[in-house]
Amino acid sequence: MEQTVDYGHATGLLSGIWLLVAIPLASAAILLLLGKRSDKWGHWLGVLAVAATFVLGLTMFIKLGSLDEAHRSAQQSLWDFIVVGTQGAGGLHVDFGLLFDPLSGIFVLLITGVGSLIHLYAVGYMEHDPGRRRFFAYFNLFVAAMLLLVLGNNYVMLYFGWEGVGLASYLLISFWYNRPSAATAGKKAFLMNRIGDAGLAIGIFTMFATLGTTQYDEVFNGVSALSGATVLVMGLLLLLGAAGKSGQFPLHAWLPDAMEGPTPVSALIHAATMVTAGVYLIARSHAIFTANATLQTIVVSVGALTLLMGCIIGAAKDDIKRVLAWSTVSQIGYMFLGVGLGGAAYALAIIHLLAHGFFKANMFLGAGSVMHGMHDQVDIRRFGGLRKYMKWTWLTFMMGWLAIIGIPPLSGFFSKEPIIVAAFEREGWTAWLYGLAALLGAGLTAFYMTRLFVLTFHGPERYTEDNKHPHESPFIMTVPLMLLALGSIGAGYLMSTSVPDWLEPVFGQEEAEATPVLAHWLLTTLSIVVTLVGAGLAWALFRKGTALAPEPAGVVVTAARRNLYTDAINEAVFERPGIYLTRALVYLDNRGIDGAVNGLAAAVGGGSGRLRRLQTGFVRSYALSMLTGAVLVVGAFLAIQLGWLA
Amino acid sequence: MDDLKLPDINYAALAPMLILFGAACLGVLFEALVPRARRHVVQLALALVALVAALVTVILVRDTRIVTIGGAVAVDGPTLFLQGSILLLGIVSLMLIGERAIEPGGSFVSQAAVTVGSQKDLKQVGGQPGATEVYPLTIFALGGMLLFVAANDLLTMFVALEVFSLPLYLLCALARRRRLLSQEAALKYFLLGSYASAFFLFGVALIYGFSGGVDLASIHAAVADPSRSEVLLFGGLALVSIGLLFKSAAVPFHVWTPDVYQGAPTPVTALMAACTKVAAFGALLRVLYVAFDGVRWDFQPVLGVIAVLTMLVGAVLAVTQTEMKRLLAYSSIANAGYLLVGVLALNKEGLSSTMFYLVAYGFSVLAAFGIVSLVRDSEGEATHLSRWAGLGRKSPVFAAIFSFILLAFAGIPLTSGFTSKFAVFGAAIDGGQTWLVIFGVITSMLLAFPYLRVVVLMWLSEPGETTPAVSIPGFLTSAALAIGVIATFALGVVPAPLLDLTNDAAQFVR
Repeated sequence: MEQTVDYGHATGLLSGIWLLVAIPLASAAILLLLGKRSDKWGHWLGVLAVAATFVLGLTMFIKLGSLDEAHRSAQQSLWDFIVVGTQGAGGLHVDFGLLFDPLSGIFVLLITGVGSLIHLYAVGYMEHDPGRRRFFAYFNLFVAAMLLLVLGNNYVMLYFGWEGVGLASYLLISFWYNRPSAATAGKKAFLMNRIGDAGLAIGIFTMFATLGTTQYDEVFNGVSALSGATVLVMGLLLLLGAAGKSGQFPLHAWLPDAMEGPTPVSALIHAATMVTAGVYLIARSHAIFTANATLQTIVVSVGALTLLMGCIIGAAKDDIKRVLAWSTVSQIGYMFLGVGLGGAAYALAIIHLLAHGFFKANMFLGAGSVMHGMHDQVDIRRFGGLRKYMKWTWLTFMMGWLAIIGIPPLSGFFSKEPIIVAAFEREGWTAWLYGLAALLGAGLTAFYMTRLFVLTFHGPERYTEDNKHPHESPFIMTVPLMLLALGSIGAGYLMSTSVPDWLEPVFGQEEAEATPVLAHWLLTTLSIVVTLVGAGLAWALFRKGTALAPEPAGVVVTAARRNLYTDAINEAVFERPGIYLTRALVYLDNRGIDGAVNGLAAAVGGGSGRLRRLQTGFVRSYALSMLTGAVLVVGAFLAIQLGWLA
Repeated sequence: MDDLKLPDINYAALAPMLILFGAACLGVLFEALVPRARRHVVQLALALVALVAALVTVILVRDTRIVTIGGAVAVDGPTLFLQGSILLLGIVSLMLIGERAIEPGGSFVSQAAVTVGSQKDLKQVGGQPGATEVYPLTIFALGGMLLFVAANDLLTMFVALEVFSLPLYLLCALARRRRLLSQEAALKYFLLGSYASAFFLFGVALIYGFSGGVDLASIHAAVADPSRSEVLLFGGLALVSIGLLFKSAAVPFHVWTPDVYQGAPTPVTALMAACTKVAAFGALLRVLYVAFDGVRWDFQPVLGVIAVLTMLVGAVLAVTQTEMKRLLAYSSIANAGYLLVGVLALNKEGLSSTMFYLVAYGFSVLAAFGIVSLVRDSEGEATHLSRWAGLGRKSPVFAAIFSFILLAFAGIPLTSGFTSKFAVFGAAIDGGQTWLVIFGVITSMLLAFPYLRVVVLMWLSEPGETTPAVSIPGFLTSAALAIGVIATFALGVVPAPLLDLTNDAAQFVR
């Protein structure tokens, strides 16, 4: 189905799109520049900036909804960003341009809405941290960069925001930079993201090389004219970028380590927003991905593989934040599965993304609240029975738990189950392969999330000596939890009915309903049954608590505890050859290149030293050098003119 | 006999210059009438008001394209753009000149006539308020520069040259500390400057002999006439260019630059590096593009060789400098070479990109000298490179600003240094001068070394015992620094508005 993309111009209220990026950016700049002077009120400025952006985003969203469907988008070009040569004749022209359409509108609401709640929560969470102002400055910087990422109207703008969130994420993971583990995790995230970012950058270069532009509309309209191989390469490069940012196989290893940052960071960046940038990239580039079936199959495979891996590893971890992190990896796997399936599943993936944004932020903040009351203890083997001490945290966490495992009528049911059904709608044996993977994932998710919930809030108390008196967190932390819990409960149903229509201008008309290989009702029943089995099994196993430390276990559990040996694979495939390559290059550099460079440098230095002696400081020699110069210049002019040289 | 006819005078077009000259004369009067204690504030305010008023006037008359006072002054796109640039950069320089918070009494001597080393001298170093004559002198100099870029005949140009040079010679001699060095620098500058002026004037005489006139339009007409003497033409062109290349600090007429930049009070060095460069290149552009474009094929290779030499000598000598102000002086020489590359493109892009480069470089260099004026101890500015070791630890903010400016000089993307070099090199390639661009890129790489050496020194060396703490700048210097840094960043990220402005302005009237 061919459709041309034609974005409308931003007018009226919508011509203020740039404010969405500018407000948090200005706030970050103020906090960083004023330094200690803003320590007292800096965090409130941070919260206010994001909340104001949310209100503005919401009014724009409503305004966008009032436009008629064919023109439901607003494009704004602020200035010429990069201008080289003339476009079309091998030149490159990139606008600093923004685009507010249904897709970016949804993301704006997610980022600023969930972002506001997490900012509010962080006011309480970071209360005793001396670096609170710096934290809010980075936090606002992140929001600005993320908004730029989703609001750009071309790939270079997206890349700009992409690198911006990478920077903010690095700064925030290693926020407690005096902890070696935090500093290392920051570096790991940064380096693994480089691989993905390089892929994205080369993908953008490919676009420029083959299409001569990086504007969304021009790229999407031009894709159909490209050869299949070109589209495949371009798509794979974009996928590499998406996998890096979203923690998908094979670039997933950084995401669980990134939990070294403060918990609000984990909630906002590494659960609700930044890690979904890869999904956004693929959804935004749907014209490219839909154009090549092989490409779609690869995306689906990456999603399916990652979702299973995340579940299996998550079931074996004991650190509350790591379990949630692996669960994030796995849930984003579902989203990749969705965007890879294409067609109507694009909207499903976005719905799951939004629902996940709510319930995962909810649970991360809940985990933060638990840690807050337990002196930063993170080992779930040392929790238990916390529901007595933390009523609100328990209740809200329960909503998140029920939502993620997909118990109707909570949001996860409405967002995950359709993806499973959609996977069964593929053709031939692949329907069984991907469908069963998704179904199995649902069961495993129910298992490990129940394990986490039961070990933390139920069963006997297994606290360490210094942790005898857990307590509930302050009001400012529980209120965002309650609001997010409401989202976990209700958002799924609301969105599953409204979002597909809303996104229609972006992804195009829904095609005729495909039939799954099993009946729809059967699949729904199956997924609920699988979930209940997984949850029931975990409840039965862990109801009475568990050992205080990991015990020796079978092959599968050991493998899962070791992240399915993916770190070892990374080490063998990337790290060791990398180290050897570096050594070889250093050797070559020292012997060969440095020799040449040093020789040149010595020549320049020596020449410089000699020339310097001409600068004697005597005005007479200066005058003489000017005179010589003058004679030479006049001589040269006359010589050329009168043919003495010829 | 005919009645004496007065030429038409368009006062509006001349207003920026008239304002400055008027304000300067007023400043001289104030010097005599206002009580000493209040002079600093009054003079600084007068100077700032005059510069802002002149800038506003330039903006008001921005659409003027006219030759007035009997052909002596041309007010056109390049004139107005360059005048605006000189005024903007002049305002920022004036902020540095007016700063009195860093050093008690400011960076100028209180009485230039006091013998160096005498009792009185010791007393004035201790914090007597500096001479306020610097303000009228600065305004005279800036007024001269405005006229210099507008001059449409060679004699007016000569007068303007002297009007802005003489105050600069004086200003160079007025440093509060290291006064002998300052006076020596002023004397050298004066002697060599007069020498170069003599070349210029002799060249004007030859050109008059060649064309029978000194205004650029009649020279242009005469160049097209093959029956005239080519010896006079090229001898004259060579000597006139020498006079202008001296002010631009092009090799081999650059010899004064390091000594004068080092000896002059730092705010004056900043003024010279930013505003004098604009004025000198503005005049050079006008002379070459308006009067002599008929013989472009003949002067392009000669000036091309000078451009290459300028870039090479500036870059190579910067490598071994151990003194911050001398290093910046050689960097400014190398930048004169890059500007010449833009000039020699001899097309519209050449004109617009050179003007862009002048503005971009001016703001960066002002910020650089602003920082130099802050790194000091009880003896005054600590300009030896070894003293800057580990500055990043002691005052990260200023070290970061300086590193940013150095990266801009080195032409790193996202700074104005990148966009401006890109613009002039692009123009030169369009103008068929690829060989100049090749040398430009090679010397840029060479130049990156001394800049990065300073960055490494500031951040990666341990602070020594002699590493001075950076003084807290007063409002004026902070403002100047902020403007310089913001402009350097903004022109690197969003160059399009200024590029458009230079493009619209890039058309001389003849």
